Amino acid sequence: MKYLSEYRDPDVAKKYLEEIHRTVTQPWTIMEVCGGQTHSLVRNGILNLLPDEVNMVHGPGCPVCVTSLSIIDKAIHLAEQDNVILCSFGDMMRVPGSGRNLQETKAAGADVRILYSPLEAVNLAAQNPDKEVVFFAVGFETTAPANALSVIHAERRGVTNYSILSNHVLVPPAIKAVMDDPECRIQAFLAAGHVCTIMGTSEYHPLVAQYQIPMVVTGFEPLDLLQGILMVVKQLEKGEARLENQYSRMVKATGNQAAISAIEQVFEITDLIWRGLSEIPDSGLKVRPAYARFDAIRKFGINLSPVPENAECISGSIMKGLAKPHDCPNFGTKCKPERPLGAPMVSSEGACAAYYHFRAVLEEVAA
Amino acid sequence: MCLAIPGKIKSIRHEYDGQIKMAKISFGGILKDATLDMVPQAEVGDYVLVHVGVAISIVDEEEAKQVFKYLEEIGETDELTESEYVPGQIERGELRNLLKNES
Repeated sequence: MKYLSEYRDPDVAKKYLEEIHRTVTQPWTIMEVCGGQTHSLVRNGILNLLPDEVNMVHGPGCPVCVTSLSIIDKAIHLAEQDNVILCSFGDMMRVPGSGRNLQETKAAGADVRILYSPLEAVNLAAQNPDKEVVFFAVGFETTAPANALSVIHAERRGVTNYSILSNHVLVPPAIKAVMDDPECRIQAFLAAGHVCTIMGTSEYHPLVAQYQIPMVVTGFEPLDLLQGILMVVKQLEKGEARLENQYSRMVKATGNQAAISAIEQVFEITDLIWRGLSEIPDSGLKVRPAYARFDAIRKFGINLSPVPENAECISGSIMKGLAKPHDCPNFGTKCKPERPLGAPMVSSEGACAAYYHFRAVLEEVAA
Repeated sequence: MCLAIPGKIKSIRHEYDGQIKMAKISFGGILKDATLDMVPQAEVGDYVLVHVGVAISIVDEEEAKQVFKYLEEIGETDELTESEYVPGQIERGELRNLLKNES
């Protein structure tokens, strides 16, 4: 086993699809929370092979898409300081700020570096003691241990010119926000497998109980998604509401205790503004006072006042499952990956970008 | 950036006076560094799930087979619901997109 290609076997996929077709008897609306799952569903043509009764809507689980305009502006402002090297995941580079994006800021002469891991940023700080190295630490629970670990590594190594600009978001409060919307019509969730790899599954039992909705912790490969959808549809058809774990090869009920400890050591829970969704209580992580010297917001005295969004972008409705990307009048015309109106058209995990890049797949299979 | 990929641990080393546990990990032959700080019990030969340079989980080899067993098991335990659906309706050609992404 390589634990990758096996989960793309077309013959097994076909059996799952047939079982889904055989099981479903009425329309159901199911949200996959995670943008990585959206991407896989679109790229692999799964959306078009599902029965018409199975309506997949695409949730707010794209960290790039929900990072507030205000924080992006602050990252750009930091990058423009003479002594700062601003490091970021590549996905953030073309996300529109109020004015420039990070890529244009880099082109204008700022020292902006794309890194694969925040741990590389700590190395960069150690190599450049006369500079301040800031890592733009966005992400869900999956990424939080890595960003926490970068701070812990910097402390252990005595690297003092390193800090993180944190905009960490949490899945369970976002599910609550989506379900509490009066227009919500979601009947079940595929929960995000990698988030649960870290946090375990216990946070989801109260959501299943409160909203009486089936939830299946699901992986990212075609067979994972098909099995997750089948498990959800079976519950829906039987009128059940349980938490199940499809992704048991990676997810244990208790999660990863070492990772949870690292998160709790560095971060504490805070209210946070989500781009497109407004402020959600207890939905983010901020750096604890004990690590204030590694917190770019405190270190550089950043003031996070709200910034108005582009009114033409309907990302909020898409992330709540109330609209699909092609319902937007600007999709593929005024809004394209090279000239995005909003973040979901930029990120590889954004629903709009997935629909745009794989529109040929969507059209080909539908024809 | 949310991608997490399974890879096989080829070697383990300790850095900064043993404070940080690092590994060389093979992703289909491509070697990359990742820290094992979050999975301290991982050993050479284990498959781990790696996200932005951090191994976050050891792949459970027994559980890895469940996706292939699940259909057989529900076939034994579940009564199939009545449906007009005819097996074989989905043509293999329609599944070609599933094959495009082998890596």
